Amino acid sequence: MTTVINVPPSLDDVTFEQVLEQVANVPADEKLLVDARHARWASPFGLTALLTLAQSRAERAAFAPPEAEDTLSYWTRAGFFKHAVDLFEIVGTAPRQKSSAESDVLLEITPIAKSDDVHEIVGRIQQKAQHILTRELNLDAKATMGFAMTLSEACQNIVEHAGRGGWVAVQTYKWTKRLGRRVVVIAVCDAGVGFRQSLESAPGRVRSDRWDDAMALEEAVVRGVSRFRDPGRGQGLAGVRRYVGRWDGKLSVRSGTARIAIVPTWDDDVALKEGLPPFPGAQMQITIPERLAGGR
Amino acid sequence: MINHIDLSTVLRRTVCDLYSNLVTRPTGAAVRTAIETQLAELGGRTVTVIDFSNVSLLDFSCADEVVAKLLLPYCADCPPRDAYFVFRGMSETHLDALEHVLDRHRLALVLQQEDGVPTIVGAVSVGERKVWDAVIELGSATCDEVARQTEVAVDEVDVLLNALARRRLMMKLDDQWVAVGAPV
Repeated sequence: MTTVINVPPSLDDVTFEQVLEQVANVPADEKLLVDARHARWASPFGLTALLTLAQSRAERAAFAPPEAEDTLSYWTRAGFFKHAVDLFEIVGTAPRQKSSAESDVLLEITPIAKSDDVHEIVGRIQQKAQHILTRELNLDAKATMGFAMTLSEACQNIVEHAGRGGWVAVQTYKWTKRLGRRVVVIAVCDAGVGFRQSLESAPGRVRSDRWDDAMALEEAVVRGVSRFRDPGRGQGLAGVRRYVGRWDGKLSVRSGTARIAIVPTWDDDVALKEGLPPFPGAQMQITIPERLAGGR
Repeated sequence: MINHIDLSTVLRRTVCDLYSNLVTRPTGAAVRTAIETQLAELGGRTVTVIDFSNVSLLDFSCADEVVAKLLLPYCADCPPRDAYFVFRGMSETHLDALEHVLDRHRLALVLQQEDGVPTIVGAVSVGERKVWDAVIELGSATCDEVARQTEVAVDEVDVLLNALARRRLMMKLDDQWVAVGAPV
């Protein structure tokens, strides 16, 4: 039996929950058809999370691409199909990507599995990011290096803790609905062990009465706790939080059945959501908004 | 003996000749191991200048591996050798990552600024900084001279100077105290 999963017309970190709600009760070895025919838009989070969804299935899922030509073209330029063909059974013919030099995407979807991948990603983003952050988002030149540093730490989270490869994508767009300004968004998603299981593997860890995905996220994201005893560990996420705070950005991390967010004043998201549909691994999104005149 | 290490060269030699960014823990660990190997070949008291000039980006994880883990054993009770470190060529973004890491480990280091004047960055008490600044101003000085300069009791200055020495920020040449990185 095949279960059809409808991809919402606009796919981002919020609407991806609708996908997970549909998947939640389908055993991993049961066939899915991920139907994106009516999708019109997807954020970097939406695209990388779809690949992660495919990774999490024991039975290879089928995928119906968007019907709208411009949507299909963007998903192709973003590198979605380059990786989707290895993870999904594509219904029809998967569109082929032209030369990456033609792409308008800041960082197309890129796999992360090892430390060398992080070097390559950081190297690729530096030049492009400088132009976009300073010219389009009016950020200080100092923000560029911090941006690459933040990207590096977010990607390393996969290499160090996920136990399997994941994906990163970066894009800028005008966030009309929620903010009315341009934003740059980093999405880093994996279908690995997730924060709770990672912290549970810490040597000598004392179990507390309340221990769940939400608490694991609070420990890692807010308190900088790591599975390693080394006191130098856990600085990566702390650094990401500092960068996001400095540039009035937003950080959200979903893992298991919970999602935590560092919420800026311009957003009305909640800091912690629990009881979400279960999903393996960790999915992180970093949003940095355009700086307006007057420093906001 | 003064030893000079260009981190960019070490990075290219030990990890990959195409890299100019100090990112990721494995990269940091490889670079630190190369520095430690070089230090092990040197005898006696050494001052090693670690040059970041050609390093484009330094992330928190790599800063922890290269700098904090390099310094930590030398600030412990039995340091592996009589080695001191001066850091040079650090940009504002390098320092941003580094200060966070130093603070986490309660470490401090000597940074040579563009004008050549050394300064200390990281976790330093008000007293330690006062004594450090006095020694820099005096060039080299006895404990009594530093006490007069700072108008702090000799006993207290003695404790502060020894604390700075233990943290590899100050060295003693006979009865004279000298700030690491300062021209003697």
